Amino acid sequence: MKDEIIIAGFGGQGVLSMGKILAYAALENDLEVTWMPSYGPEQRGGTANVTVILSDRTISSPILDAYDTAVILNQQSLDKFESKVKPGGVLIYDPYGIHHAPTRTDITVVPVDAMEATIEMGQPKSYNMILLGALLAKRPDVPVEAVVRGLKKALPERHHNLIPVNEAAIRRGIELASKE
Amino acid sequence: MNREEIIKQENKVYSRPRLLDDNYMHYCPGCSHGVVHKLVAEVIDELGLEDKAIGIAPVGCAVFAYNYIDVDWIEAAHGRAPALATAASRLNPDKVVFTYQGDGDLAAIGSAETIHSCCRGENIVIILINNGIYGMTGGQMSPCTILGAKTATSPYGRRADLNGFPLHVADVVASLEGTCYVTRQSVHTVAAVRKAKNALKKAFRNALDKKGTSFVEFVSTCSSGWKMSPEKSNKWMEENMFANYPMGDIKDTTANESKS
Amino acid sequence: MKDNVKLMKGNEAIAHAAIRYGCDGYFGYPITPQSEVLETLEALMPWETTGMTVLQAESELASINMVYGGAATGKAVMTSSSSPGVSLMQEGISYMAASELPALIVNVMRGGPGLGTIHPSQSDYFQATKGGGHGDYHLIVLAPSTVQEMADFVGLGFDLAFKYRTPAMILADGVVGQMMEKVVLPEQRPRRTNEEIRRQCPWAANGKQGRGKRNIVTSLELDSAVMEKNNERFQRTYREIEANEVRYEELYTEDADYLIVAFGSIARICAKAIEDARAEGIKVGLIRPITLWPFPYAAIEKAAKHVKGILCVEINAGQMIEDVRLAVHDSVPVRHYGRMGGIVPNPTEILDALRREIIEPSAK
Repeated sequence: MKDEIIIAGFGGQGVLSMGKILAYAALENDLEVTWMPSYGPEQRGGTANVTVILSDRTISSPILDAYDTAVILNQQSLDKFESKVKPGGVLIYDPYGIHHAPTRTDITVVPVDAMEATIEMGQPKSYNMILLGALLAKRPDVPVEAVVRGLKKALPERHHNLIPVNEAAIRRGIELASKE
Repeated sequence: MNREEIIKQENKVYSRPRLLDDNYMHYCPGCSHGVVHKLVAEVIDELGLEDKAIGIAPVGCAVFAYNYIDVDWIEAAHGRAPALATAASRLNPDKVVFTYQGDGDLAAIGSAETIHSCCRGENIVIILINNGIYGMTGGQMSPCTILGAKTATSPYGRRADLNGFPLHVADVVASLEGTCYVTRQSVHTVAAVRKAKNALKKAFRNALDKKGTSFVEFVSTCSSGWKMSPEKSNKWMEENMFANYPMGDIKDTTANESKS
Repeated sequence: MKDNVKLMKGNEAIAHAAIRYGCDGYFGYPITPQSEVLETLEALMPWETTGMTVLQAESELASINMVYGGAATGKAVMTSSSSPGVSLMQEGISYMAASELPALIVNVMRGGPGLGTIHPSQSDYFQATKGGGHGDYHLIVLAPSTVQEMADFVGLGFDLAFKYRTPAMILADGVVGQMMEKVVLPEQRPRRTNEEIRRQCPWAANGKQGRGKRNIVTSLELDSAVMEKNNERFQRTYREIEANEVRYEELYTEDADYLIVAFGSIARICAKAIEDARAEGIKVGLIRPITLWPFPYAAIEKAAKHVKGILCVEINAGQMIEDVRLAVHDSVPVRHYGRMGGIVPNPTEILDALRREIIEPSAK
């Protein structure tokens, strides 16, 4: 088993932390994992992406130019990464703010109305967890329980009160993506 | 007659401090370093710190201080003595660490290390020999050169418009919260030497008692650099240097403590 | 999941490993992409547990001179920085080499020259391996390619530094500093007692107590004849290190027609390129120097005998390639591929470069 994942969007959308929670879930599930951020001085508003590789074997390169799975949160990232999804791969994106939808037909494209859902849930901070849920629906690399355990490790203790909200968002994401 | 025949216990009135080595000093006649070395050796001995003291030597005329005072020494890069002292002291809290630096070393290239060590209140003694000149490299202007003073790089006298103003580094560090004791001394008369020794002893006690940074400035002569006889150097220092660098304690938080 | 397996960044692993090694002091200054070392140490508060000192200095100049001062007292001390900060440290590193002091310096490289970029690079290879400061000296230079090696090389670096009384450097980069992966941290060791330090480091300036005779730690010697003798002693140490401490890793070299030589993070990206090449039937092997100084000349010379060409892949304009060429004496073509400015080559680019430069150079 191997899943080479890119998660990309604006800084502040929770791109890096979505990757981190997934990485911790992989750790909980005894998988090999690498988490490689595009780090920069920008915290909010700039682009941010993270490459997460989950595998049952030793991982060589933490940096890739083709991905099994892409989770895309803005237009710039879609423009950059749509062509880099391997044929047969999965591209999950939130249509919110997207003017030019993905056009590829050799991959599975999954639109997930995460922004709409997060507003509906009244939990804007768990936006990224809806997309993580969508990812888990299409790529069940790790069980949801491992992700919840991963949340505990990835979040500082003062934010552990947010775990139920995040778990609900993950489940909502799974639901949304399963409809597709 | 040899030395042993002349000097007998019954006629001996003065002897070299135990911790001052019987090495031929490379300092010029009239230089203040020799006297301050003697005071450092005496104070360390009298406080029983021979086994506890770690000296940090500078780059400058006192670079070989480690050849004269019989304690452990580390020779620093130019200006960095307070950084070395910071680590040596923090990692060896049972020891007493002091730096011995000239004004070029301490106030020019090492100004950042000086200020931040004082600001952190490191439990160290910083000894400044301020003769307002770079002695070892041949008498160039230092940050502490007073206005009008002629040096190799201010041959017509230091001018504020060209070279800026003298740095009163003791006053600067006195304004920092980490310093507990800042004093300005000299060693040009017997009375001054006695006073200076008391000041130095207080500084070493402060380090021993973890009271913060003590900064002891010795306004000093450099006969070779100033191009004056030792006697004239002392006079010139009194008339010119003291006006810029007045003698006495600038700050002493430990005095208040002992009163209360 | 095993309890001792942690997920963390390479920079964080350095901090944890330092505490667990029994390091006495860390002195550092913030600079991207390595600030997590200092941040992690401050958060872990080792002064409350092992008694380790952690201090944020006013500059890299102060940091390295604090390391110098601490090392001179026999303590196990370290600093970390990134390229511009390590440039500032060169004076102090030269002084420590000349004063024969053990210490550990970590450089999480970013792209230069100048203020450059905060993104990954390997462009300080020359500085690290050829003596970045003044004078004839070498550092023991370890190049980690995984977070596990970031942790392991802290202990290895300190052990080698104390064994040979010379500073050691971990030459990492922004990739291995910033990425998270699994790591098993070393066991917690106690810090050495002052008595142990006195036995291990009889040269240390830590107070005359019990010794009777003073220790002087200095790099100054105005008598040229004595200074030459000092230099000869340093060189003897370097020859000994070269004889004993060369470390490298070989991958798929047994049947390789072509060879890639790469160090640090880019070596694992090359490993992916090699997997892809082998899937196409192209037999490529990898030699990854782990010690950049001493450099594995002999291993590369040996491997070169069986291959048609060597590609050196570095995240720079071609620095280690000079050592690879020294190793193979023009016996096979040696070409460079690299990116600069903080761009890290990806596996496809590397495979393309291998085809273009080594496999089918005539087609160029």
